[in-house]
Amino acid sequence: MSVLARTIDVTRRYGGVLALDRVSLEIRAGELVGLLGPNGAGKSTLINLFVGLRRPTSGTVELLGGSPSDPLVRRGIGVTPQETGLPEALRVGEVVGFVTSHYPKARPKGELLERFGLADLDRRQIGGLSGGQKRRLAVALAFAGEPRLVFLDEPTTGLDVEARRTLWDGIRAFHEDGGTVLLTSHYLEEIEALAQRVIVVAQGRVLADDTVRAVRDMVGVQRVSLTAAALPELPGVLSSERDGERTHLMTADADHLVVALVSSGTPFTGLEIRPTSLEEAFLHLTAPEPVTA
Amino acid sequence: MSSLILAHTRYLMIEQLRVPIGLVASSFFPAAAMLAFVVPFVGDNPVAATRATGSMMLFGAISAALISLAVSVSQDREQPWNPYLRTLPAGPLPAFAGRILTTLVAMLISVIPVLIIAAAFTTAQVTPVRLVLGLGALVAATTPFLLLGLFIGYSMPSKGAIAVSQVVFFPLAILGGLLLPLQMMPSFVQTLSLFLPSRGAGELVWWAVTGVAPNVTALVTLAAWIAVIAALAAWAYRRDEGRRFA
Repeated sequence: MSVLARTIDVTRRYGGVLALDRVSLEIRAGELVGLLGPNGAGKSTLINLFVGLRRPTSGTVELLGGSPSDPLVRRGIGVTPQETGLPEALRVGEVVGFVTSHYPKARPKGELLERFGLADLDRRQIGGLSGGQKRRLAVALAFAGEPRLVFLDEPTTGLDVEARRTLWDGIRAFHEDGGTVLLTSHYLEEIEALAQRVIVVAQGRVLADDTVRAVRDMVGVQRVSLTAAALPELPGVLSSERDGERTHLMTADADHLVVALVSSGTPFTGLEIRPTSLEEAFLHLTAPEPVTA
Repeated sequence: MSSLILAHTRYLMIEQLRVPIGLVASSFFPAAAMLAFVVPFVGDNPVAATRATGSMMLFGAISAALISLAVSVSQDREQPWNPYLRTLPAGPLPAFAGRILTTLVAMLISVIPVLIIAAAFTTAQVTPVRLVLGLGALVAATTPFLLLGLFIGYSMPSKGAIAVSQVVFFPLAILGGLLLPLQMMPSFVQTLSLFLPSRGAGELVWWAVTGVAPNVTALVTLAAWIAVIAALAAWAYRRDEGRRFA
């Protein structure tokens, strides 16, 4: 499979802040890749490097066999603007026309709007759209120029369920036609729904680059909390923490742990199991090894 | 490339025309000043009326160039739409050229009411050749103010740009002799005026529309100002690029 975009040992600093730390990765043709990580992990910096908005401090960024700073190379990519910045005075059809005028080939306007659930809004002024409609338009613009590779930064943040589904369908349809997508999100669910491959970044480094399933298992940590005087040795405990009366156990397999707990006969009260948020899972994954005194 | 410049100009023009308050503002003041000062006081003196009409056109054009460019450039820099445009397959040139062309069009629109008032209510006279020369001189004379608008727009946030461009505009217009004839001002102002870009700009336009020989010192100063402000605008542009896109 041919590589459409890659970074080779890329480091990026903003003043004293290290946003990316020697990152090397490849996006291959036909892939739908999810880029997952907490806020400030370096996701946006990585996208900005790929689309030519920023240059690496060191290392190389390659896009479609050339440099992202070359406008001709960028004919092959599509990017989503932030919907808060869309020009309010323009009509939907006008902004689509403006964007497509930059590309040699363009998707027919009606078809593009249809695919993203905007079919009746061609003549509507952008200032009069709802937040969800603006978001869908912003994502649709990434596909306007028949790109080979699309970068979607947080495409569905703040959308209701139905609007999110419409967008997901649009992204899937592009991928099924052979398009390549790099998608960032801090929703694990979104990445699961769309991506096949996931790259997890935190603190400027790639922590994992694997299939969705493998990464889900890795970050699918649950927290089992209970009150008990003393606990026996339990299977699958990744870490434990005491908080007054309560004990919190982090585990990848809560069912197994609870079965073992019950069959050990240890008395306990107030059992509570809840999925960790992705944020917590990342903290867990990226925490430095505890120092033993 | 030229089709992209056209696309950007079209988009900016649509924006400008759908929210025409900027156009109205830059046309209103020179038109009002024409009616208040020019028509009653020099309206029946052909040379003075023609010269004053040139002044008012320049007044409107400078306001359209300096203030609206400073404001739109600084506002653009604050919008997330602007980095998005940078990801489209075009360099920064089409957006930049589109911005300048749109400003020139707005400038030419803003002088229309002044021309209509001059034709209807004064004895101002101009031959077709002098009118075309005058419009050409107007565009050339506005160059330092376009550059000044860019410099302000690229150097500060929009709130600052709105204030600074207005604060710079009015004293320049008055001291350059665009609102009141210079003969009515103290002699030190008449001397100071020679070294301001607005005076050189005025001399150029008056020369074009009336044929009265210009003050050479003022024209030389104008050229020097263009060079200095161009350097400042280029510096501010590069500094902004370095901050946001390096």
